This record gives sequence, structure tokens and C-alpha cells, in this order.
Amino acid sequence: MITDFVIKNAPILVVAIPLIGAFLCPLVARISPMWRKTWVLGVVTVTSLIAILLASIVLTQGTVIYVFGASTSNLTVPIDSGGIPIRIIFTVDAMSAAMEVIMAMIGFSVILYSMSADQERSSLEQYYTLFLLLICSVMGMVTTGDLFNFFVFLEISSMASAGLVAYRVEKGRAIEAAIKYFIVSTIAAIFFLFAIAILYGQYNALNIAMLAQRLQFTLIDKIALILIVMALSTKCGAVPMHFWTPDAYSLAPSSVTAMLVVVSLASLYALFRFVFTMYGLTLSYVTIGWVLITLGVLSMVIGVTMAIPQKDVQRLIAYQGISQIGYMLLGMGVGLAVLGNPAQLSSFGIIAMEGGIFHIINHAIYEGLLFLTAGSIIYRIGTRDLDKMGGLGHSMKYTMIFFMIGVLAIAGVPPFNGFASKLLIYESVYLFNPVLAIIALVVSILTLASFVKVFHSIFMGPRLLEYAGVREAPLPMLIGMGILAVLIVVFGFFPQVVVNTIVAPAAQALVNQGGYLSVILGGR
Amino acid sequence: MPDFTLFTGSGFWNPIFWFVSIIVALILIYIIYASGEKGYKRGTEQVKPFISGNPEPAKRGVQISAGNLYWGYMDSLRVYYRNLIPLHTGIITDYLLWMFCVTAILLILVVIP
Repeated sequence: MITDFVIKNAPILVVAIPLIGAFLCPLVARISPMWRKTWVLGVVTVTSLIAILLASIVLTQGTVIYVFGASTSNLTVPIDSGGIPIRIIFTVDAMSAAMEVIMAMIGFSVILYSMSADQERSSLEQYYTLFLLLICSVMGMVTTGDLFNFFVFLEISSMASAGLVAYRVEKGRAIEAAIKYFIVSTIAAIFFLFAIAILYGQYNALNIAMLAQRLQFTLIDKIALILIVMALSTKCGAVPMHFWTPDAYSLAPSSVTAMLVVVSLASLYALFRFVFTMYGLTLSYVTIGWVLITLGVLSMVIGVTMAIPQKDVQRLIAYQGISQIGYMLLGMGVGLAVLGNPAQLSSFGIIAMEGGIFHIINHAIYEGLLFLTAGSIIYRIGTRDLDKMGGLGHSMKYTMIFFMIGVLAIAGVPPFNGFASKLLIYESVYLFNPVLAIIALVVSILTLASFVKVFHSIFMGPRLLEYAGVREAPLPMLIGMGILAVLIVVFGFFPQVVVNTIVAPAAQALVNQGGYLSVILGGR
Repeated sequence: MPDFTLFTGSGFWNPIFWFVSIIVALILIYIIYASGEKGYKRGTEQVKPFISGNPEPAKRGVQISAGNLYWGYMDSLRVYYRNLIPLHTGIITDYLLWMFCVTAILLILVVIP
């Protein structure tokens, strides 16, 4: 009975459970802090389990759709609607299912970590309310098949993120970072809203599949496309719209920063979803493909070169995150640039897209781990300044091992997960344009170089007098970091299993625009 | 039995080879470690560094901090960094200006053809 209900309503439950959990959190927290902890952990655990269940349904039965308010959950086009899918539809295909599972796993690890890392802080009921809202928003962003509904989730994510960035006041600097983040996010959201208005005004539809079927790529469709690309590139922190990223990432609590990475990746997912699924072959795919490639190369090079001189550990990791976003844009950009050429698409385009998608998943895990390890160091010694650190390898051995795993993964060193996705990108991009592949390789070397500096500054050297009493991070923090570290190793050792199970179906779901349309519009 | 081999379209990668290499390297490290000085004792005079008879400086004094690393790299790319770092002003209006400029460039690139 309950199992049937969960299976039938899984697409909405992954969004509704964290949403309801968020609004009940302040109420439950009034009972006791232990109740609050149990409630928050319970909500993310149930959300994660349903996300995994939903992914298994998608992988065995194909795309799952959920229509709000319909007599049956798959009645996408009501009989009396004039052939238009007027209701809000959640669409979970392989790509969105993969994103949901990764986001849920990271959300779970981060909440577990946060139970220790943030326990001394005040106003935790508001903190966890915003945290659960953030999880709800990213789940909604990757699930919804409706443009305006996506805008709503985008706004929820911006508001929750800004509130969380400002949580640790830090003499006002965190509030300044939050205001910057909120203004940039709001302008990006206005761009997106303009695009929705343009498309709705022209086609009388907000459903992505309906729009995909009707789009003619007129002059104003092109303007809408650019507004969407700009809005989501800004949200994911691509260069030169990246300036907010180091400000927000360096001043937010580490657990929040790890979730902000997930928000960025949800925006990146949406960018690919709109470009491939909504516009598809109607757009000037070579031009837009090269736009994504250019943004990717700029992000890779400027991100990594700005990381090297940084002395704030979280700011440095933030710049490295920007650099890694570039790899995803590069892989997907190459896929888009050859979308209209079936020979090139099957020869290397689809591999480049698989590399880009695989890197999104990997990046969410290792970047999250790096922020969590940095957070546990800051938690113990109270500074983010690399110049003031040193010798912590003597006292924080497990944190050091987790950090090393994260570093080797982000630098693309085998056998960790970052290597597998980067290898797919290098080899496929080389066939498209060797210069781009060489740039990607050099950026990886610079990434490793910058993290050698970080690793040396934090962990190497003699045990310093001022850190003589420093102990290892608390157990819940270690477990949170450990889950992500294990995922990195597992994904690194079984890359083909991940590619076959998650990545390749996700890439096919993006390329196969007709398949998406036929599920929603009933093959019309 | 799960498949370890990743096919990249133009080649393949198998992490097992790397795993075996790491195990071999660890064994070699252990052999070298095990053949070291047997009389080593922690916390004794043995572990104190010998700096030509000079007294040992404070630990903080010998720690190479992050600011001292890669100065050669930074120095050789000083022109690049002299132009790049000032662009990161921290001023919100500058952030938005970049956003609007890129939007304008993309509109020209996509709309005009």
C-alpha cells in the first residue's frame, strides 16, 4: 500500500518531502535539539532513498512523468485542453534521475557533516530550514518539465543560498557576500523570466516539450536563448560571470559551500536541458556549441590561474570549482557543436557529452569533499589562511587522507573518478580540436600544482606549537567526508559501470529530443 | 564480475593496472622502510636535526608557507596576473557589467547571422 503510493508519487515526493520537512523544522526544533537533528537527518535519508528508488524505476522502465492535478499521473494532455499540456509536469529521465541521486547523496553527507560542524552555532532551526529548502529547490530544478516552475525553483534556490551564505556573519563580510550573490542571482533570474515571457508570448506554452515542438528559432527565440544561456551560465559560475563564486564560497560555512556546488551543477544541468532538449537542432548549434566551448576554456584557464595565488583555502577551492565547470562546458559544447553531424556525433560528440555529464557527477562529489575537508580544518584551527597553517598531517590523519583523495580526483590523477571523466573529455575533444584538448591537459597539471601548494601548506612540515592541541575532526564529520571519499574511489574503479548505468542513458536522453517529446506529448 | 575497463571511443582505460602499480609501489616502500635503522627511537636525541652545530630554529620559522611557493611561476607570469587580478574588484556593479557585456556580445554573435 505505502510502497505503491511511494512508487506512484516518487517524482513529487523527492521535492515535497524536503519542502514539508523544511517548514516543519522550526516546529520540531522547539521540542529539543535532538529532535531537530533526528528530523533533519530523517528527511534527507528518506529523500535519498526515494531518489534512488526513482532512479531504479527510470533505469528499468524508462522516463517517468508526473502530472499535477490530473486524474492519472501520466495524463499529460487533457482531452479538453486543445492539445496543450496545461498542467505542471515533472519529467524524470535518465539525466534528471542521475542528478537527483547524486544531489541526494551529497545532501545526506553534508547534513551528517553539518550535525557536528555547525552544532555550536545559534539559530540552527532556521539554518536547517534553509538547507532543506535548498535540497527541495535543486530536486525541483532537475525534475520539472515546466519553464515557469523551473523559475520558481531557481528563485527558491537563490533565496535559500543567500540566507545560508549570510549565516556565519563574520563581521559583516558574509552578509556582503550574500548580498552580492543575491543581486547577481536575481538579475540572472530576471533574464530567465524575460526569456519565459518571450517564449510564452509567442507559443502560448510553458511546457518544455510543447515549446520544443513549436520552436522556430525566430529572432526573438534567439534572444530568449541567449537570456537563458546567460542566466544559467551566471548561476553556475562560468567565466566571466564567475566573480560572485569565490566571494560566496569562501565566506559560507563549508557544509553550505558543498551544497552551493550542487546548486551550480543543477543550473548547469538546466542549461544543457534547455539547449539540447528544448532548442535541439532548431538552434544554430555550431555557434552555440562554440559559445559553450569558449566559456568552458575561459573558465578552465582563468579559474585555475586565479586559484594558484590564493591564500584563503576556501577561495582557492572555489576558483578550482570554476575551472572544473569549464571541463563540463567544453565536453557538452563539443557535443552541441557536432549535434547536426551524425557521423561526428557518434564518433566523438556523444563521448564528449558523456565526459561532460560524468564530470558533473564527479565534480559534485570531489568538490563537495574538498570543501568539507577544508571546513573540518577551519573547524579545528579557526583560520582559512594557508600561510598560518602547517603540520596538521600529524594530528588530522583521516582528514588528510580524505583531502588527498579529493585532490587526486580533481586533478584527474588515476585511478580516481576525476580521471575517468577527464579521459573521456580529452580523447573526444582531441578529435574535435587538438588545441582544446591540450589546454584541458595543461589546466589539469596546473590544478595539481595548486593543490600541491595547498596540501603542503596545510598538512606538511613539523608539528607547530600553536596547533599542538589540535585533534582529528569529530566522527560525524569524518563519516560525511568518508561517504564522498568512498564514492570517488568506487566511481574511479568502476567507471564503465557508471557510464553504462547513469552517464550514457543521460547523454542519450539529451540527444534524443524526439524521445522526450513523444513521452510528454504522446508521440504527436 | 563488474567490468573495470572504460572505453573512450578511441582507446580504453583499466584502473586495475594502476591499482596493481600502487600495490607494488607500497611493497617497495615497505621494503625500504623495513631495511632502515633498527635502533631508531622517537622522542630521543636521535630525532633532533643537526644543522652544522647551530641551534634548531623555531618550528614556525622553518615552515614554508603558501605565500613562499611558486614565486618563480608568479614572477614569470607577472604581466598576466597584473592584468587579471585587478579585474576581480569585488564590486557588484562590475560583476553585473561583465554579465551585460557578455550578453550583448552573444546577442550580436547569434542574432546578426
